[in-house]
Formats: sequence, C-alpha cells, structure tokens
Amino acid sequence: MSKIQPSPLVEYPSKAMIPERDLDAVPVLETHHLGIDFGGLTAVDDFSLTVGKTEIAGLIGPNGAGKTTVFNLLTNVYQPTRGSIMINGFSSAGKSTAQVNRLGIARTFQNIRLFSNMSVIDNVKVGMHNSTKESLLAALTHSFGYGKAERIATERAMELLAFLGLENMAGAVSGSLPYGAQRRLEIVRALATNPRILLLDEPAAGMNPSETQELMENIRNIRDTFGIAILLIEHDMSLVMGICEGICVLNYGKIIAKGTPDAIRANPTVIEAYLGKRGGKTNAEG
Amino acid sequence: MGRKEKKSTLEVHPQFSKNLITILMIAVLYGVVAYLVYSGNASRQLSNMLISISAYIVMAVSLNLVVGLLGELSLGHAGFVSVGLFSGCLVSIATVNVLPIAARLPLSMLVGGLVAAIFGLLIGLPALRLKGDYLAIVTLACGEIIKNIITNLDITGGALGLDTGAIYSNTKTLLPFAIILVFITTIVMMNLKNSKHGRAIMAIRDNRIAAESTGINVTYFKLTVFILSAFFAGAAGVLYGHSFANIKPSAFDYNMSIEILVIVVLGGMGSVRGSIIAAIVLQVLPEALREFSDYRMLVYSVLLIVIMLLNASPKFAELKGRWSLGNLIRHLRKNKGQEAADHE
Repeated sequence: MSKIQPSPLVEYPSKAMIPERDLDAVPVLETHHLGIDFGGLTAVDDFSLTVGKTEIAGLIGPNGAGKTTVFNLLTNVYQPTRGSIMINGFSSAGKSTAQVNRLGIARTFQNIRLFSNMSVIDNVKVGMHNSTKESLLAALTHSFGYGKAERIATERAMELLAFLGLENMAGAVSGSLPYGAQRRLEIVRALATNPRILLLDEPAAGMNPSETQELMENIRNIRDTFGIAILLIEHDMSLVMGICEGICVLNYGKIIAKGTPDAIRANPTVIEAYLGKRGGKTNAEG
Repeated sequence: MGRKEKKSTLEVHPQFSKNLITILMIAVLYGVVAYLVYSGNASRQLSNMLISISAYIVMAVSLNLVVGLLGELSLGHAGFVSVGLFSGCLVSIATVNVLPIAARLPLSMLVGGLVAAIFGLLIGLPALRLKGDYLAIVTLACGEIIKNIITNLDITGGALGLDTGAIYSNTKTLLPFAIILVFITTIVMMNLKNSKHGRAIMAIRDNRIAAESTGINVTYFKLTVFILSAFFAGAAGVLYGHSFANIKPSAFDYNMSIEILVIVVLGGMGSVRGSIIAAIVLQVLPEALREFSDYRMLVYSVLLIVIMLLNASPKFAELKGRWSLGNLIRHLRKNKGQEAADHE
C-alpha cells in the first residue's frame, strides 16, 4: 500500500524543529474537482483545494453549504462521485477510512465522537493504535514485548494529553469529562494518529470567548510543535479570521471564494452569501 | 519526569488488581471444590454439576467478548459450542485407545476449538457486514443451521446423538482440565481487554465511525473477536461433551444460546468476573430449586427478573460498589497504612 510512514512525534516543546514553509513541494492535501451526488442532489461540486505543509486553512460557509460533507469526502467516509483527492501525494481513491488515516489525515467531529465508555488515556492509545507495536499474541499473553509496547504507549499518551492540559484527567471515563475537555481530547486523539493534516470540524462550537481564545492558541501551538497542516470548519469568524492563513468559502456545495482573510472579508460574493443582497448598497465591513 | 512516571503506574494499577481479584476468586473457588471432590466429601449433586458449570463459565466469558467488548449481539453461540463439541469428541473417540486422557483431552479441545474458530470465520465473514438486530438474527439462523446439519450427519450419530460412552469421564478426571481451561480463558480475555487490540475492539463498540477515522480496521477486529470467541466456545463444548455418555445435537439450539446470553447480561457486559459469578448462580439455581418441583421454572424466571431489575438499579450498583471485594481490600490496605503511620 502506502510507502509513507507516519512521521515520528516531534519532540516538543522544541519549536526549532518546525520545517521551513515550503508550499511548492507536494502539498499535504490536494483535491481536484471533487464532487458528490446524493441521489439527484449535488451536495458538493467542483471542489478544488490545496493545503500546504504547516498551513492553517479555514473552510467556511452558511449552514448546509456542504462543509462537513467535504470532510467526509476527504476521509473517505463518503466515496466521491467525481474528482480526486491526493494526501501527501498519494491518491486516496478506493481506500477505506482507516487506510486514509494512515496516509496522514486525522479529524475531529462536529458532534463529539469519543469512545465514551473508555478512559481518557485509552482514547488516546486507540489513536496510537497503528504505531503501537504489539502483536495479537502479545496482547493475549501479556508477554512477547507487551510491557514495553504498553509503557511506550502510556508515556506518549501522557505527553500528548499534557500538551492540551488533560494529563490530570487521564484515568477518568471520557464520557464524564466537561464539554471543553472532550473537545480537546478529540484533538489529542486525532494527533495521536501522527497525522500530517488535521481536520477540525467546528472546534469552537459551544465555547465562550475566553475558551475560544485558548483554542486559537492551542491550534497555533499544534501547528508549530508538530509541523502539520490544519484545515478547520468554523462559524466563529473571530477565530477563522484570527488564525487562518487561507480561507475557502463554500455555498450550496460550490466554492465561491478563496483567499486571505482580508480578501475574504472584502469579497462582495461572500458577504452576499452570508447576509443576502442589500438593494444595491453593500456594506463591506460587517 | 518523575511525576509523569508515577501517573503511568497509577494508570495500570487498578486494572491489575481488579484482574488479580478475579484470578484469586477462581483459585479459591476451585481450591475448595477440588478439595471436596478429591477427599470424597462432595455430594453427588455438586460433583455432577462442576464440569457443566465450568463449561458454561467458558462459554459465557467467550460470548462476553462479542457482546460486551465488541457490542454486537450474537444469538448463535450454542452453534459454535456444538461444532467444537462434536468435532473434538470425534477426535477423542478416534484416539481413545492410543492416547492417555492427559494428551487426548487437550488435543481434542484444541481441535474442537480450531474447527469452531473456522466456523466463526466462515459465518463471520458475511454476517459481520451486518449490525445490531440484523446480525443477531443472522447468528440465530446460523446456530440453527449448524444444529440441523449436525442432526443430519451420519458421523455424529444423527438425531439419536453421538455415543460418547467410550470417552465419558467422571468429575474427578475432568476437573483439572476444566480448571485449566477456565483459567486460560479468563486470563486471555482479561489480557485482551487491557491491550492494544482490546482497546481497538472497545473503540469500535463505542463509536465505529470515530474508530475508523483513527485508523482501526473494523472488519479485521470484528472477525478476530468472532474467531476468538468461537474458539473458546468450541473448547468448552469438548469439555462439556466428555461429561456425558450420549450427546444429542438438538440440545444446542437457540435456547442454549439465550441461556449463555442471559449469563452475560446478568454478569454485566464486558465483565469477566461478572460472567463467572452469573454462570455459577444460573447453573446452581435450577438445581437448588429442585424441591419446588412444579414451580421450579416459575421461581427461576421470577428470580431472573428480580436480579435483572436489581442490576439495573443505580442504588444497588452503589451498594455493590461499596461492598465489593476490591473496595474491601483497598480499605484494609488503607487501615494498615494508617496503623503503620500511627506506630511511627
């Protein structure tokens, strides 16, 4: 299958390890004319997007524009009707969701999907599934390298948890965590799969302004520490405009604008999509 | 760094002591019954039940893997038991004059388990594409198909049943094998639960889509669970078969599957210790109620309902938690620590 090995966890906090921005090399994510029909309905059409290494990109649009559908296409939860997806230069066509994850793409969900009956640390260890070297025989007998594999897994999981301040909750049942912590745990679990691009589906949903501020810090930290790209869906414009380097606006399944935050803010088509037409008078700054 | 390491050991500890309690519980129980059986103090009734209880423990613990850990309902467990039973017992009958029981029984258990595992694979491949109720009904049908096929085979003695008189052994002979099988099954299951593979299985149970998105091959793990579960069910079947002089395939119908499922639900989904206790209770109960003769099944059913209601009640769960063995040991340990501190 893939020749790509997930990159080893960058030792942090060592910001010196951040790779040089190099958008000319193979992009982390590249889609060409991606589209999907559900019966007669075209949910997403002609979606072409390129996300470079260590780029923070935003995907915005009104409700029902097809943003989450795009995420589901990128992770092969839905098979696209048209177009192609390249992750780190590898086509994801015909691969299962699990195989696509191994190409280096990880995601969180709009409605939190934790393994809610399992402990916090076990959630993270599930994320590390493919990098834990433990055979079925080792698992059944608790020997043949079981102890070493578990020790490494526990240590790395604790490191990752500490990264987002969850280390004190490691033993708790994940379903019992407060909302904000559950959102952070989902990010940690996604990071544990060693991704090269992280998809965040409305990470700030249900958060107050100070929590959102903290989340922005965390997202930047993740990019800087792990040297990965991040693509996020978000309705909170202060977050999107604050941290995204590139923004893609979706409406009725089609891209209506792409560009920097400033360009998007001034784009009349985008304003129209969000606020509707205003009898000739357009007020750019909302 | 030191702080981190302390945390990680704390993480492993509760699980470890929980498993230790289970192992100790089995060891004590079997220690007592083994003493009773070999000193000749065991009543006929008790010693007759021991092998069947042991077999049911293994069946329940293995079904718990599918129902409790993977979260899929399987109603065809008796099918795997009977496949293992008949193939294993046939091997045992064929080698009865060649091998001593110490080699013959483990060999036939292995064969029975492997044949059952193959059936688990064959049935699992198509069936595990289904979920929930659909899977339950397909496994129910598969169990019945297996029963009917075995009933119509000449080699298994047809509807009259397989004559296992040649390999029949009494409790005194079978008990050591039963103990070893129960130990192996429980240890393997508890180990699995606390490993990379077990976590992947539980992740599929909790949220399949999230599990797939984190890189877990759902089909592979569902099949692994099905095969492992069938293997132990088959091995238990072989043990069970050796305690009878004649086995009719019709005994392994959906009633038996449901009986095993009741044990699993009663003992608690995913709880190995619970399955063991429930298996003992539900096997002993009908015997203990023998004096009620006519009302036996009625009392049994009512008791079952009462236990289920109690199990579902949060108040009872709290009570159980307070008086649990683990809690007691923790409490004793704490007191001891305090005493030591007081002395200083």
